[in-house]
Amino acid sequence: MITCKPEELMISAISDLLDDVGHIAVGVLSPIPGSAALLARARNGARVSIIGSSVPEFRTDGGVDLFDAAGQGRIDAFFLSGGQIDGAANINLTGIGDYPEMDVRWSGAFGSAYLYFQIPKVILFRDEHSRRTLVDKVDFISAPGVSETSVYRPGGPYALVTPLCVMMFDRLAARFTLKSIHPGHSLEEIRDQTGFDFDCPDQVPETVTPDDETLSHIRGDVARAIANPYPAFAKEMFGV
Amino acid sequence: MPEPEFFTDADALAAAIPDNVKLAIFKDSGVPMEAARALIRRRAKGLHLVTIPTAGMIADMLIGSGCVDIVETAGVSLGEFGPAREFANAVKAGQVKIMDSTCPAIYSGIQAGEKGIPFMPMRGLIGSDILRSRDDYTVIDNPLSRDDPIVALPAIRPDISLIHVPLADRFGNLWIGRQSELKIMAHASIRTFVTAEKIVDTNIMEDEKLAAASISSLYVSGVALAERGAWPLDMPGHYTIDRNNVEEYARVSGSGDGFQAWIANNIFAKPVAAE
Repeated sequence: MITCKPEELMISAISDLLDDVGHIAVGVLSPIPGSAALLARARNGARVSIIGSSVPEFRTDGGVDLFDAAGQGRIDAFFLSGGQIDGAANINLTGIGDYPEMDVRWSGAFGSAYLYFQIPKVILFRDEHSRRTLVDKVDFISAPGVSETSVYRPGGPYALVTPLCVMMFDRLAARFTLKSIHPGHSLEEIRDQTGFDFDCPDQVPETVTPDDETLSHIRGDVARAIANPYPAFAKEMFGV
Repeated sequence: MPEPEFFTDADALAAAIPDNVKLAIFKDSGVPMEAARALIRRRAKGLHLVTIPTAGMIADMLIGSGCVDIVETAGVSLGEFGPAREFANAVKAGQVKIMDSTCPAIYSGIQAGEKGIPFMPMRGLIGSDILRSRDDYTVIDNPLSRDDPIVALPAIRPDISLIHVPLADRFGNLWIGRQSELKIMAHASIRTFVTAEKIVDTNIMEDEKLAAASISSLYVSGVALAERGAWPLDMPGHYTIDRNNVEEYARVSGSGDGFQAWIANNIFAKPVAAE
């Protein structure tokens, strides 16, 4: 087996979900999904827009432009995370406890309460897989996972990628299904660390690890590109 | 319309910004950091801060310094430097009233303000606790269709937008570079106060290239020269972020005494921006 860092496996696993995507946008605080988008660009020629990048080919024409583009269906994939994510793919970027004077207060929803509705393939990403982060029900719905049929919603959750596994989301059933388990981890561990109920096929494959070519992309052109706007991440992860 | 007023420095400009106003600030460079320091130095009070649509260190230090009563925002964070702890502490303690939103809802609100219309419809939000927390956001039926609920967002008309730009001229015209959202803010706001890296004698509006990314003096109430006015944050084409200073802020903010000491040393002592 090729040795790679857990972060490199997540970058590769996310990128494998982006095979057929034409335009990927990357939001704030997203170095790992951003790296996955850049990997998809290196492998499939996807266009990538990164909020906060000052590189001309990745930058957007400002915030209004990005949201308008999403509203028109010009963005195919995006990433969201949350302090809490629940089994119905509701995400909480706002805080824990009773609103508004919460026990824990996070940054706020940013663009999630809009982009989650508009972008067809939203991949949820969380760098901590625990009952603290993956909960039965979020304390505050910054952006809902599913909507009533009357609500205009071309977009929504597609998959969830964590340090342990990949899950796919069924929007009709409003449930996650385990798709693959990262090498070195088990179904028991995932059940133990997940606060919500999810579906599971009889046989769950291992997550495909990145091959030599993929790793050379990640450690080469992807690492150099993600250094703007994530210099600290690029330095720590790839030494660039 | 009254002519734009020129102030000697950011402190004189901040003295002309009253307490208790609805004050809009923009998320990206140039962030008016020197003007915000001047607001803290004059101990501004009761501000209703509207972040367009998010904010970082500037909002955090204004909140921590007790200048803000209401914060209307899609998010406050120091980004890669960490959480905005003064903001979080003040919200948890109920010291500021929080009006949570989402980025395009705030953009839509100021676009309605710019057009002088009462609201803007926007997709999304339905089913979120953001919507449930906002009495002023209303779900309406799409009047041109059937069975199509959509959220009506009230226009945002800030009393004042406070912005930092690369270039102003002596007539009060501004060159804003690629930050086109600044134009929406100035149009939507009753008054706009500006700090500028540079003020020139020539007329920006006579230069085809500059005029393409400009704000007319029609919208500008006050201008002050503030070289390195976005420091310690970046100003593209002029200077990069002072990472050490922001890292130090991220370390001490939220710590009570450490934050107060940082404010005393970095704001009331009025340091000269490092070259």
